[in-house]
Amino acid sequence: MKKAVVFSAFLFVAAFLILAGAQMRPFGAPTSPLMDDYFINHAQAEVSANNVVTSIVFDYRGFDTLGEATVLFSAVVGVLALFRKLREDER
Amino acid sequence: MNGEMSVIVRTITRFVYGLIVVFGFYVIMHGHLTPGGGFQGGAVVATAFALLIVAFGAAGLKGKLNDHLLQSLEEVGALAFLVLGFIGIGTAFFYNIIANSGAVFGSPTPIGPNPGFLNTGGTLPWMNWAVGLKVMTGLASVVLVMLVGAREEEET
Repeated sequence: MKKAVVFSAFLFVAAFLILAGAQMRPFGAPTSPLMDDYFINHAQAEVSANNVVTSIVFDYRGFDTLGEATVLFSAVVGVLALFRKLREDER
Repeated sequence: MNGEMSVIVRTITRFVYGLIVVFGFYVIMHGHLTPGGGFQGGAVVATAFALLIVAFGAAGLKGKLNDHLLQSLEEVGALAFLVLGFIGIGTAFFYNIIANSGAVFGSPTPIGPNPGFLNTGGTLPWMNWAVGLKVMTGLASVVLVMLVGAREEEET
């Protein structure tokens, strides 16, 4: 029974990977060229920045960067909360 | 000894520390022109703090690196980033209202290949500075607090 489950799971994953590999786009082809072309052609005029990556990170997709900053903030708060207990035990 | 490393490491640290800080601030300042930005430059500056803490030990820096000041500066950076996101709220959240307006960092970029001008980018350089301040002080306070905590754990 266990062997049959493992074998069927293996078959399922293998079939999924083979199908995904067969339908993959050519190597190096962009996922959505329309979006890329828009960013590359309009970043200098709209955001007036030479660095298109920074203009995406801080302007077009600024909300994602806010989430990233929140992740870092919560990580720092977690570390400080963890180690503050250590320091207060000593006093 | 109280946790500081050998005289070789401390001497090299005195030479390299300033260079790392200057390079990190360069990466933050030119975030809208060259590869890098606030996160990367802030991480570079934080490695300089980490180098100081490792080389001189937490006890040797007790009066110089104030972790309460570092944590306050981190919150200042986070709040500045939020405020910069909100100043364009009239159009959309995170709308770049300073770009092409003529204010500080507001002059337009020439279209096409150009050497890059510092006074462009709108809110991007401001956000780079806010995020850079946040990342450098946040990572530095994490390293400082963890090292101090580990030392005290060792002693007890």
